[in-house]
Amino acid sequence: MAMQLALTEDQAMLAKTATAFFAEHSPLTRLRKLRDSGDELGYNRELYQQMAELGWTAIPFDEKDGGLGMGMAGAILVSEAMGRTLAVEPYIPSILLAGQLLALGGTAAQRSAWLAPAIAGEKVLAFAQQEPRSRFAATHVQTKAVPGKNGGYTLTGEKVAVLAGARADAYLVSARTSGDAKSVNGVSLFLVPAGTPGLKVTRQHRIDSRNAALVELKDVQVGADAIVGERDGASQLIDAALDRATIALCGEMLGAMTAAFDSTLAYLKERKQFNALIGSFQALKHRAAKMFIEIELSRSATMLAARALDENDPEAKAHVSVAKARCSDAYVLVANEAVQMFAGIGMTDEHDIGFFIKHARLCELTFGDAAYHRDRFASLSGY
Amino acid sequence: MVEIEAFRQQVRDFLEKVAPQSLRGLNDPKYAYWGGRKPELPHPDAQRYCELAAERGLTAVTWPKEYGGGGLSAAHDKVFHQELARLGFPAPLTGFGLTMIGPTLLQFGTDAQKAEHLPRIIKGQIRWCQGYSEPNAGSDLASLQCSAVLDGDEYVLNGQKIWTSYGDKSDWMFVLVRSDPAAKKQQGITFILIDMQNPGVEVRPILLISGASPFCETFFTDARAKAKDVIGGLHNGWTVAKALLGHERTMIANVFGASGGARNSSDKKHAMAELAREYVGEVADGSHKLADPILRDAITQITMDTRCFMATVARNADNVKAGHRPGPETSMFKVYGTELNQRREEVMLKIRGPQALGWEGAGYTKDELDKTRDWLRSRGNTIEGGTSEVQLNIIAKRVLELPGD
Repeated sequence: MAMQLALTEDQAMLAKTATAFFAEHSPLTRLRKLRDSGDELGYNRELYQQMAELGWTAIPFDEKDGGLGMGMAGAILVSEAMGRTLAVEPYIPSILLAGQLLALGGTAAQRSAWLAPAIAGEKVLAFAQQEPRSRFAATHVQTKAVPGKNGGYTLTGEKVAVLAGARADAYLVSARTSGDAKSVNGVSLFLVPAGTPGLKVTRQHRIDSRNAALVELKDVQVGADAIVGERDGASQLIDAALDRATIALCGEMLGAMTAAFDSTLAYLKERKQFNALIGSFQALKHRAAKMFIEIELSRSATMLAARALDENDPEAKAHVSVAKARCSDAYVLVANEAVQMFAGIGMTDEHDIGFFIKHARLCELTFGDAAYHRDRFASLSGY
Repeated sequence: MVEIEAFRQQVRDFLEKVAPQSLRGLNDPKYAYWGGRKPELPHPDAQRYCELAAERGLTAVTWPKEYGGGGLSAAHDKVFHQELARLGFPAPLTGFGLTMIGPTLLQFGTDAQKAEHLPRIIKGQIRWCQGYSEPNAGSDLASLQCSAVLDGDEYVLNGQKIWTSYGDKSDWMFVLVRSDPAAKKQQGITFILIDMQNPGVEVRPILLISGASPFCETFFTDARAKAKDVIGGLHNGWTVAKALLGHERTMIANVFGASGGARNSSDKKHAMAELAREYVGEVADGSHKLADPILRDAITQITMDTRCFMATVARNADNVKAGHRPGPETSMFKVYGTELNQRREEVMLKIRGPQALGWEGAGYTKDELDKTRDWLRSRGNTIEGGTSEVQLNIIAKRVLELPGD
C-alpha cells in the first residue's frame, strides 16, 4: 500500500474552497435555526444546489456518469468541510449512499433517470435500508418483495432512520426476494419514486436534528424495471455503497471532531480559575494532547481507506473498518471531553458544543459502531 | 550524485556479489552489529560485512563523502533499506554513533571534530553511549549535577550518570556536564565527549525486572576529557542536548514503527491472531473465529491501532516528501508508538495465559519465556528517551500552544 497520503494541489484547493464555503454559508447558527424553527425538510435545497454547481456532488463518480472522477479521496474533503460546521445538506445520503448504489448497480435507464439529476442536485435520493431489528447488519432484511404479474413486485415492510428520507424524490429499498431474515443471499434492491401508492414517509426527529424518516411500505407495486442490480444478489452492492458512505461519514466526523477540539482548545486558553488559565493545568493539557493524537490517527486512517477504495485495494474493506472504528471512538472521546472541559456552560443548550456531542453519537451509531467494525475486521481477516 | 536506479543496482551488486551470503535472511534486530573496539559478533561474518559496506560508503549513506559516508540523499538511503529488506540482509552497522552523536556532530561539530570522530563511527570502530540522566535528573534533565572543571586543556569530570544504554560495551560517551554551577540551570551545561578508557571512569550494569542489563551506571572520579571535545561551545550544551534528543526520538519512533509491522509486511499479517488460535482454539461453528471473543476483540484493537499509527507515520513521510516541514507533532510518534508496544505486549500475555508466567526452565517454550521478558522490558518504553508525560507536555506546549504553568 504505497498510497500517497499527502494532499495533491487539486485536493488541497478543494479542501480550502469547501471549508470557506461552509464557514460562510452554513455556520453553526444555521443548524440551530433549522432546529428551532421545526423546519420539516431540515436542510436547504438552494444551498444543496449550489454545492452541485460547484461540482462537489460529481466528485466521486466516473466521467461516464457525468462525474469528476476524484474518488473518495476527494469526497471526504467535502464531507470534512461540512462536518466542521455541521452542515446538514444530504451529500452523504443522496450522493455517497443512494447515488453509489445506482452508479455501481443501476441500469443505463435508471442512471439517466435518477443518477444524473441527483448529481445535478435537482433530485435527492434516499436509501431505505435499516429496519427496526436490523441494528447494523445490512443483510438483516425482513421487508418482503413478492413477485407479481408482468415481472413486477409487491413490497411490504418497514424501514427506519432513512437518511434524508423526508421529502426525498426517490427511495432505494432493500427487500427480501428469498432466504430467511438474516441470510446474505436473497436480498434485492428496488427503486421506488416518492408518491408511489402504499409508500408512507414520516419525518423522524433525532438528536442531531437532521432529516431522517420512517418509510413504511404497504403493498407497494413496482415494475420489473425497478430492480437495481441483480435479483437476490444485492448484498454485495449494498456493502460496496455502504463502505463508500462510511468513509464519507468518517470525513464528516473528522471535520466535526476537529472543530469541537479547536473550540475546546480556545476555551482552555481563555477560561480562568484559581487565577490561572485552565489550559495551564497538566490534568487538562495531557488530555488535550491525547485528543490531538486520536484526531491525527483518525485522519490517517480515513485518508488511507478512501484511497484504498479508489484503487480497489483488496484490503479496502478492512481499511474502512479501521477508519470507522477509530473515528467513532475518537469523536466520542473528543465530544465527551469537550463538554467536560467547558463544564457548566457545556451542559446548556445555549452553547454550541452540545450539537457536537449529539452529532458524535449519531455518527458513531450510523453504519456500524466501533465494536461492529472490529468484529467485521476480524472476520475479514480470517479470525 | 549517482542516479537512484543506478544506485539500486550498485546496492544489489554489493549485496548479491560482495557481502557475505551467510548473512542473507538474518534481517532481525538480534543480528545487528554495533561495532566498537571489542565488538560483539552476532554472526561470525558481521564485522567483515560492516567493513565491506563501510568501504563503499554504505554504513552511513547520507553522510558526507569526506568522512567516509555515501554523500547521497535520503531517497538513496531509502532505496538502500528497501534492498536490504528485499534480500533479507541486516543493516551492516547500527548504534548510537550512527543514530545520535553522528547527526549531532554533523549539525554542531567543527571540521576538526567531524574529521576525528565521524570516520571511526562510519567504520564501526568506536561504539558510543549516552551520558544524560543522573539519579536526581530524570525527566528534569536540566538539573543535572555531574561537574566539569577546566584544568589546562582538559576538563576534570566528577559525578554519576545512570541509565547509560550499553555503557559496559561502549568506547566513548557523549556527556552532559555542569560547567557553570552559578548560571541558571539550562545555561551552565556543556556537551562533551570522553574516551571511557580514561582513568576514573567506572561502569556498572543495572539488573532490570526483565533479568537483562541493557543499562548501566557510570561513575566519574577525576576523569579527564579533552577541551577540544566540547561540542557546540562551552555552556551551550543544552541546545546540543535537545537537538540530539530530537534524533533519539526519531530513532525510537522508527523502531516502534518498524516493530508494528512495516507498510509492506504482509507476510507477518495477523500473526497475533494465529498465535492466539494455538492457545485458545476456534469456535465450533466452522467460522474459524477465535474461541475467546474478548481476546479476539483485544487483538483487533491492537491491530487496528497499529495500522492507524503506521498510516500516520507514512502520512508524515509523504508530507515531508511533498515539501512540508515536519512539525513538532512528530513528538506524538514517541508517545503513541511506545504505548502501543506496551499494549501489544499486554495482549501477548493474555494470549498465552498461564503460559506467560515462566521465568526459565521446564514447562515453557523458548518463545514463551522470551515474550514474558519482552513484556517486562516494554514497561521501560514509556520512560526512556523522555517519559510519556514529558512528551504530552511537549505536544501541549509546542503543538497546541497551551499556556505554561
